[in-house]
Amino acid sequence: MGSSCGRVCWKWGSPLRRLPGFSRLLSTAALAPQICVVGSGPAGFYTAQHLLKHHRLARVDIYEKLPVPFGLVRFGVAPDHPEVKNVINTFTQTAHSDRCAYYGNVTIGKDVMVKELQRAYHAVVLSYGAEDNRILGIPGENLSGVYSARAFVGWYNGLPENRDLKPDLSSETAVVLGQGNVALDVARVLLSPLDILRKTDITEGSLAAIACSKVKRVWLVGRRGPLQVAFTIKELREMINLPGTRPLLDPADFTGLGDVIKDIPRPRKRLTELMIKSAREKPGEKEAALWASATKEWGLKFQRSPLEVLPATDGKQARGIRMAVTRLEGSGESARAVPTGEVEELECGLILSSIGYRSLPLDSSIPFDPKLGIIPNSLGRVQGAPGLYCSGWVKRGPTGVIITTMNDSFDTAQSVLEDLQTGVLNLSNSKEGFKSVRSILHSRGVHPVTFSDWEKIDAAEVARGKLAGKPREKIVDPQEMLQLISH
Amino acid sequence: MIRMNLALSVLSRLPVTLSGVELTKRGRAMAQLALTSCNLFDSSADRVTVHFINRDGERLTATAKEGESLLEVVVNQNLSIDGFGACEGTLACSTCHLIFEEDVFQKLDAITDEELDMLDLAYGLTDTSRLGCQVCVKKAMDGLTVQVPAEVADMRRELEVGKQSK
Repeated sequence: MGSSCGRVCWKWGSPLRRLPGFSRLLSTAALAPQICVVGSGPAGFYTAQHLLKHHRLARVDIYEKLPVPFGLVRFGVAPDHPEVKNVINTFTQTAHSDRCAYYGNVTIGKDVMVKELQRAYHAVVLSYGAEDNRILGIPGENLSGVYSARAFVGWYNGLPENRDLKPDLSSETAVVLGQGNVALDVARVLLSPLDILRKTDITEGSLAAIACSKVKRVWLVGRRGPLQVAFTIKELREMINLPGTRPLLDPADFTGLGDVIKDIPRPRKRLTELMIKSAREKPGEKEAALWASATKEWGLKFQRSPLEVLPATDGKQARGIRMAVTRLEGSGESARAVPTGEVEELECGLILSSIGYRSLPLDSSIPFDPKLGIIPNSLGRVQGAPGLYCSGWVKRGPTGVIITTMNDSFDTAQSVLEDLQTGVLNLSNSKEGFKSVRSILHSRGVHPVTFSDWEKIDAAEVARGKLAGKPREKIVDPQEMLQLISH
Repeated sequence: MIRMNLALSVLSRLPVTLSGVELTKRGRAMAQLALTSCNLFDSSADRVTVHFINRDGERLTATAKEGESLLEVVVNQNLSIDGFGACEGTLACSTCHLIFEEDVFQKLDAITDEELDMLDLAYGLTDTSRLGCQVCVKKAMDGLTVQVPAEVADMRRELEVGKQSK
């Protein structure tokens, strides 16, 4: 406390020094770390939360390119999974902390550059996630009727950039490429009874489109086998029990698996057992009755790798997909799918590729590994860039659920806290934080949206939703959001 | 009612706000003291002592009401366990994962498929793991000690980054 206090106080002359508490106030202000986080999804908020909790003085500002916060919790989690969104409550509590501020409608890399943030803050944490998706890289990928699952999810969840997707839901059969939880989500939204969907926060526009949908059958197609499925058991169970639908699982796909899974870890074992049971066992009375009256169906196809999307006679519309039949080399997580030479075709007019999200480089000054799609880092410290950190999908890759990101964010926050403690982050360089960013934004005509602005938008959405018997009616036009808060 | 008022009057003298993020150790201790001392006036609830061994090895002791879930104990007593109970007890996450002693574990109420489904995703899963939101405090658990599992994010991180290259 002594030396830095002396340096600061000297500037204003000795009389001020004698004021009780003044020098302590100044030294405290000088020692308060100014930290900013880029991205307001789970990674951003959990990193901020951990920093605020474990450092009594740190100030954390969270920047977000959209007016509204929460990232994939708002735009990724399925509408019929409201409990998963309960984390919004703990994030809201964090945002209300007097050492935390939220600034929406600010695009880092455009409205303000990372280098400018680094001048304003002691530490900058990049938590901006994965806004793009992996591409198939096959002919016909750009035909009408082919979409990324990411865009489809964004569409029904009200992500502004996907609001005009207008997916073609006029064919009976849809193929989802990929067998993760996102694949199950899109299948479930396509096949759920409308009575269930209409009570969720799915957008009005997408609900209307789904109400006119002709889709009756959804195949989830994977390159490898049942032991490599990436979805988890709760979501699979939900699909098996989806009202109005019946599962189409080929018992032949599960031959001999019962023995293979005897000694594997419990999570994979239970997941596989559930698939085997659904495929091979005769359904109970209740299930048999439900399945007999089902008007929609879904199934899993294994060991099929997409080769080409086949065009209809007009050459513009997808009419089917040609796939290579594969065999597996190796086993478990590291099994590889190898083409056998055999080929198969599946008729379908809607193809959703659900093969993974992908991060993009934010700003040319930040190191980025395009092959892995992450920012190169060690324990959240960006390599070769002191003062720069990362957390969440942009750090690890786009897999895992909220708890995975939570742990990862706490890890990154720990790295920041360690660096504050050891002096790697030099607090004697006082930083202005938002004060300097504000003037940059002002000079560029950018108006940040505050957390209480968001709360106005939130209240409006909830009020509109109430009229329709929904938890909220999401506003999908950013201009409308800004108008609501008179920006 | 008395408990609330007493607690509030003590807390209002504290220089920090009553949010999970801001409350200092001292603040929490004072709140706990206020709440426990109030219990002298509360004869109806059965009190059970529970110890949580936090990730850093610190022992957090709480007095719980019979019938409260362990998640409710952590939340109501404002115990400083990072990220605990993200989904607020709705079986949509595994952040309230706790590890029990073998003999205690055997006596807990049967686990449901729904709990197992979420527990299967927990870090550091053991044979005596349960989700805190599904375990309710009973009188016979007085003096119970549970372990908050350490995170193994480091190992997973390396594995998952490696996965992306396939």
